[in-house]
Amino acid sequence: MSAAIATPAAARGRRLRPGFLATRKGMVGFAVLAFLVAVAVLATWIAPHPPDAIDGSRVLAGPTLAHPFGSDALGRDVLSRVIFAFRVSLAVAVGSTLLAFAIGTPLGLLAGYRGGWVDATIMRPIDMLLALPALLLAVALIAILGPGSAIALLAIAVIYTPILARVARASTLVVSSQTYVEGARARGAGPWRILTRHVLPNAVGPVIVQATILMGFALQIEAALSFLGLGAQPPTSSLGVMLADGRDVLSQAPWVEIFPGVAIAITVLAFNLFGDGLRRQLDPRGVTR
Amino acid sequence: MTAPILCLEGVGVGFPTSQGRVSAVTDVSLDVREGEIFGLVGESGCGKTTLAMATMGLLPSTSDVSGAIRFQGQDLVGLDREALRRLRGDRISMIFQDPMTSLDPAFAIGDQVAETILAHRDIGRREAKARALDLLVDVGIPDAGRRYGDPPHRLSGGMRQRVVIATALANEPALILADEPTTALDVTIQAQVLSLLASLRERHRTTIVLITHDLGVIAQVCDRVGVMYAGQLVEVASVGELFARPRHPYTQALLEALPTVHHERGDLRVIAGRVPDLTDPPPGCRFATRCPHAMEVCATTPPLADEDPAHAVACWLSEATQRAAGHVGIASGGTS
Amino acid sequence: MSPRGSFVVRRLLFAVPVLAVMSVFVFLMIRLVPGDPVQTMLGFRATPENVAQVRSDLGLDRSLVSQYVDYVGGVFHGDLGQDYVSRAPVATLLAQRLPVTVELTILAMTLAVLVGVPLGVSSAARAGPLRTASEGFVVAGISIADFWLGIMLVLVFAGTWHLLPPSGFVRLTEDPLRNLRYLALPVITLAFGEAAYILRTTRGAMDEVLGTQYVLFLRAKGVSERRIVYRHALRNASPTIATVVGIQFGVLLGGAIVIETLFALPGVGRLIVTSIQQRNYTVVQGGVMVVAGLFILVTLLTDIAVGWLDPRIGEGQGS
Repeated sequence: MSAAIATPAAARGRRLRPGFLATRKGMVGFAVLAFLVAVAVLATWIAPHPPDAIDGSRVLAGPTLAHPFGSDALGRDVLSRVIFAFRVSLAVAVGSTLLAFAIGTPLGLLAGYRGGWVDATIMRPIDMLLALPALLLAVALIAILGPGSAIALLAIAVIYTPILARVARASTLVVSSQTYVEGARARGAGPWRILTRHVLPNAVGPVIVQATILMGFALQIEAALSFLGLGAQPPTSSLGVMLADGRDVLSQAPWVEIFPGVAIAITVLAFNLFGDGLRRQLDPRGVTR
Repeated sequence: MTAPILCLEGVGVGFPTSQGRVSAVTDVSLDVREGEIFGLVGESGCGKTTLAMATMGLLPSTSDVSGAIRFQGQDLVGLDREALRRLRGDRISMIFQDPMTSLDPAFAIGDQVAETILAHRDIGRREAKARALDLLVDVGIPDAGRRYGDPPHRLSGGMRQRVVIATALANEPALILADEPTTALDVTIQAQVLSLLASLRERHRTTIVLITHDLGVIAQVCDRVGVMYAGQLVEVASVGELFARPRHPYTQALLEALPTVHHERGDLRVIAGRVPDLTDPPPGCRFATRCPHAMEVCATTPPLADEDPAHAVACWLSEATQRAAGHVGIASGGTS
Repeated sequence: MSPRGSFVVRRLLFAVPVLAVMSVFVFLMIRLVPGDPVQTMLGFRATPENVAQVRSDLGLDRSLVSQYVDYVGGVFHGDLGQDYVSRAPVATLLAQRLPVTVELTILAMTLAVLVGVPLGVSSAARAGPLRTASEGFVVAGISIADFWLGIMLVLVFAGTWHLLPPSGFVRLTEDPLRNLRYLALPVITLAFGEAAYILRTTRGAMDEVLGTQYVLFLRAKGVSERRIVYRHALRNASPTIATVVGIQFGVLLGGAIVIETLFALPGVGRLIVTSIQQRNYTVVQGGVMVVAGLFILVTLLTDIAVGWLDPRIGEGQGS
């Protein structure tokens, strides 16, 4: 009977091994993300120049060894500005997704687990939010509350909450029918205990996968809002603000425009790859497919 | 004795997987005679379906097939894709296990039968439709004229399997490979479908290879049986012989596991032990790990040999196998 | 009534509450603005009489319910209020702008479908250079922000090569050819990411269908691979593709807000953005209402199309 005893330990061992490293894509995504987060956190030490240092001799100057991304209309170092702007953009992306995760997961969990009128009460409004174009919703919210990166964060959270709630609900529906949940119920465990101890840990995986991928796209949304002048406001600079500024000097100094855009693309891609890598481990049933 | 219509010679099939290469079928040699219903029995994963798919040329391109599969004298292994396509559905048909998922949900059932005809015959659409309708009537679809335009989801499982059979029959093939044709159906429908297959054989002289894990099905309709275990063919005999005098310990275990009056249903998994890992199979007889009679010699592969004209077995307990191995040994010793 | 007909009716009935809730949301927009919206709107040079006048115009001095009833009544009569900058009725303003947005999004979606579906179909279920290339396209289309791509296209096509105008617009009714020249870059920009997404969806749906038992059975019947892919698999993948096209239309409408601003196209999206900057709330309200309504209409049409494409929908549970 040693086999029967060995099974749970083996299963636990499988959980502890970071599964996102099992695929090459997941590994690449993780490595790039780790690097990007390190850059954002250590911006003050990594950036070669102060992001606001104006250098009249280097107005719109092209890339050099000292300024690998060139300089902008005020002679500021584009690389340093990208690093600091990335920090703002990433903060908005992470903050908005975490906020949506914190609200959407319990809503979806409750709707999926309780069903009936609870489900209807929670999901109807959520379906209605999903029935509107996401960016329009964000723009409308900003129209009411006024521009700013905190408002942009909130607006993205409003877009993401229904998406994550839907995934959480779908995942909960799958998990609730599993034998261990029925078992817990049969043993007389209370609904709160079943939800937090049995349903949540098993249903949250797909939500994490979806949130990871959405976190990357939040960078794109933030950039679009800032580009329209509805996100981060000067003197705060996000990647979208840089893209709006760079457009004015596009023909003279394309590097001002190119590098922030590349930074966004790489980050979105890294989040996508990492999310796909996580999926293998956290969403074996393919709820987020 | 009738001539073999299908002749397998040392057929082996391997697949690459993430765990390594799986040898799903090893060195299977077998004759299927014209006009008979030949049963192929074994647990799931024993290679019986793989063997049928290899015959049809439907294995994924990553697999490799060795040996020869002769159909009416023509070797199908290595035949080009277009030649195989022309053979499929025309000279050889296949029926799959699950009738619920065998038909395209978006097309009328009648058109799916007609499609098989149009894929192989140079005839008009109207003519193909008329023939398809005849076939639906022939396999016992009630009110076939009205049913012709129905999508599959309006039909019951048993009716769908009749449509699948009509499709397989459409071009009057010489050989039908039926892979678990009744497994997904409930018992009464099972019996109906089996008797339909048997009656079709009577009327059209079609040869049928019936793949199943259910010895009861074999006993009902088959003439001869091959027993497979973990990719090896271990015993071939007429149905009467096999049930009366099973030679291979695996076959014996299978028969002991059969349902009696007291037990509901026989499950092949009641045999102690587990099927060996086919990425790294043990040498010799693959049943040796579970066999109550296992000996040292079992680490060498026992050749399939005729005990008598109606019964062949691959087991070192059998004198025929010993003799065959002895002959092989002498022959190879002579040439070296 | 036929089961399919009742499906359409049920779907129509779902659109009603969505529209109602949206109208409440849009109605509340102006009332949720922190501080005094009228003062914010008119700026600080406005006289108190002026403010009072506008406030009573907007009905802000009455109860919320009677305001809402008035608002909805107005919407039904095509009255979306007045633009306090240009003094024109909002409905007239939108009527001028809407065709541009509709043309832009329809052209972009058409291009995206024409590129994404064939590439998705032909790269499904097989390895090879085409699959690798389409994989690369998907990665690029998903990670690159659309408006940044637009700027890069401007840089190359308008800046370096002088092939296409960087911005501006001529109406379709004035000169169709020049209209297309002006729309080329915006349409490509908007379509790029969509095409990648549709390619991925199509390929995924095709891969799934090509792995089914009935495709195996079609192969066993000796049906040609070409017919299997184009007649059977594509037919069965079409509801999935249509669903995604409908959903993505919303993404396109959102994207149009940015792209119209980028290319200075006189569409509803750009109108919304400039109106937000001018705190011209009635116009923002009207614009949001129109775009949202448009999307709800598209979703409705999509669902009906999917119901028609999918043999299993619209026949109840019976099988």
